[in-house]
Amino acid sequence: MNLTELMTDRREIVLKQWLDSITASYSAHAASFFKQQKNRFANPVGHTIEETANAVLDALIHREISTATRDALDRFMQIRAVQDFTPSRAVDFLSALKPILQDAYKDVLRNAELCDEFLLTASLIDSMLVISFESYAKYREKLYELKVNEFKHMAFRLLERANLTFEFQGDDPPGDKGISDNETVK
Amino acid sequence: MAEELKKDALVQIDYKPPKKGWMDTPVEFRHGTYIYPARAKNLKYLDLPNPREWSPTDEDWKLPENWKEIVINGMKERLDKYRSFKVYMDICVRCGACADKCQFFIGGGDPKNMPVLRAELIRSVYRGNFTAAGKILGRVNGARKLTTDVIKEWFYYFYQCTECRRCSVFCPYGIDTAEITMMGRELLTLLGVNVNWVIEPVANCYRTGNHLGIQPHALMDMFEMMLDDIKDRTGIKIEPTFNRKGAEILFITPSADYFAEPGMYTCMGYLMLFHELGLDYTWSTYASEGGNFGLFTSHEMIKRLNAKMYAEAKRLGVKWILGGECGHMWRVVHQYMGTLNGPADFLEEPVSPITGTKFENAKSTKMVHIAEFTADLIKNNKLRLDPGRNDKLRVTFHDSCNPARAMGIFEEPRYIIKNVCNNFFEMPENTTREQTFCCGGGAGLGTDEMMEMRMRGGMPRANAVQYVHDKHDVNRLTCMCAIDRATLTTLMEYWVPDVKVTGIHELVANALVMKGEKERIVDIRGEPLKEEKGGDNV
Ligand code: SF4
Ligand code: SF4
Repeated sequence: MNLTELMTDRREIVLKQWLDSITASYSAHAASFFKQQKNRFANPVGHTIEETANAVLDALIHREISTATRDALDRFMQIRAVQDFTPSRAVDFLSALKPILQDAYKDVLRNAELCDEFLLTASLIDSMLVISFESYAKYREKLYELKVNEFKHMAFRLLERANLTFEFQGDDPPGDKGISDNETVK
Repeated sequence: MAEELKKDALVQIDYKPPKKGWMDTPVEFRHGTYIYPARAKNLKYLDLPNPREWSPTDEDWKLPENWKEIVINGMKERLDKYRSFKVYMDICVRCGACADKCQFFIGGGDPKNMPVLRAELIRSVYRGNFTAAGKILGRVNGARKLTTDVIKEWFYYFYQCTECRRCSVFCPYGIDTAEITMMGRELLTLLGVNVNWVIEPVANCYRTGNHLGIQPHALMDMFEMMLDDIKDRTGIKIEPTFNRKGAEILFITPSADYFAEPGMYTCMGYLMLFHELGLDYTWSTYASEGGNFGLFTSHEMIKRLNAKMYAEAKRLGVKWILGGECGHMWRVVHQYMGTLNGPADFLEEPVSPITGTKFENAKSTKMVHIAEFTADLIKNNKLRLDPGRNDKLRVTFHDSCNPARAMGIFEEPRYIIKNVCNNFFEMPENTTREQTFCCGGGAGLGTDEMMEMRMRGGMPRANAVQYVHDKHDVNRLTCMCAIDRATLTTLMEYWVPDVKVTGIHELVANALVMKGEKERIVDIRGEPLKEEKGGDNV
């Protein structure tokens, strides 16, 4: 049996364990919700996690990172980028796959040929991790871009330039302190 | 070789969240998930307590010395005054039906964004201070002490709730977590713990009549601009009136409609429609704001800001009020205006001067929703429409939370849309009508420093748009709410960049065949009516 066949054979076990591990990066309540609610509109995050996991396993089985794989990873990163994760935690769901695979195939990994194949699998995972990281960074940047755009689009800024608004708007945007520099509080 | 891949040789990360209970997990303020505090001068302007310089990331929030007493007394007062608040504090059976219905939980997974737990943030303090069992049993009974960490938690999570009421649709007891959030915000207001994105518009509105602090002459300038654009695109010169005494109808809409894109196109739609009908109506530079950010602050503030609607209607001597495409304005009008500032017995029961239709459901408030007004016109064949002019648009409709859940207005907007365009596609059933997902930026969350949280909370909505975009090539998201028009625009930019946002009356403006108009080659945005060959179509 080659690794592709093995992987196809044991896909469900791997998938289940991996989904458990990905969802465990969220709170316990969220983890069970993401896993159990199967309606894709009621549970878009859970749905995306499952789609992404399947796309990654497909890529490993076919030994090819296709457009579909990239799209799935991109979509998941789009979500992770707005979910309180640090950059490394946003992408480490992929590294978590390695020990799961290793565990699932421990009985056969003594076989030198399979082991070589397994190394290829590991490097595919690494590539996907890099791809994911690129996506993650892209979406974080996008968030900042949106902030800037929104601020620019606020037309009261335009009005203000034309000196048309009431003086309340004449200050700098409120900062973290809820106060602009030139303001004093008595 | 397998040895090299040994588990412990790989990066091992503990995926398990801390095992501590929710009461012991203090809030961590991360940029992108909280809103900047209210400026001292805005609080001062409104005579609100404790104006000061502070930041949510500070250890010391500079609360008033007797802050505990203030909160407990504030709670007591409200428990006595609002029966619903007391009932909501007592009857939740923690069945969990609401738990996975909030878009902030669905999109992010933070358990304190489950409505049941959001309410528990305040309920636990209620139990600890107002129930015998809670006082004696403490934590066993889900009660806890009021500490500054609790206040921080309230600030964080009551400003991660858009008061959208989606959760209440699923609660067998009808508990409305939005109302609990409102109470939480009121109590925070007593301590001077407010957000600037809400308080500045409130202060502006109190002073100038609208959220942006636009003064009458500036407002007129904005109208000039829109009227020039209408003339340019249709060949028709419109001359609306302002503050005109004796007009039959006073028209009020959120100020975002005349100062920002894409709301302006909706506003141009109103102007064109009313002109075409020859409607005897007036705009007001005083009641120049339909929105009411008081709703996101306190009942007292709702009343203060809302008062100008009836006051202006009375001053001008109109018969009734027509209101534009706004969300929370209608929540205020339907739920609060009558009791807070009514009865408006100086107004008449609204009757459409064009069709003679009596708007029965506006009998008590005397204020009619523009969607009902326009749908009635179409139904009675009073408009000449050419839906083909919207053919390059493939349209879906987002039910805005307040018109949907606070008013139940589902059919009228759809009826209008289907009459003014040929390509309409519904989003999946469990994401529309009563079950609609929030834009993620309502109730004062729509500010840029909150971007990450907004994208998270808006994700379920965007996900449904993505679906109709993929399936039907949808490129326009219609809505009838000014906050939506702003926040959905950004939401789409992040999640589904090919989809642009539009108000309903913008589509009406495109389709409306006007007497004496020139051949229309551009839409109301000034973009070609027909798809450009090979080009980007929106
Ligand atoms: S945001 Fe909406 S669904 Fe979530 S708790 Fe608030 S009212 Fe309920
Ligand atoms: S659905 Fe109602 S009763 Fe059930 S947990 Fe939620 S608020 Fe409580």
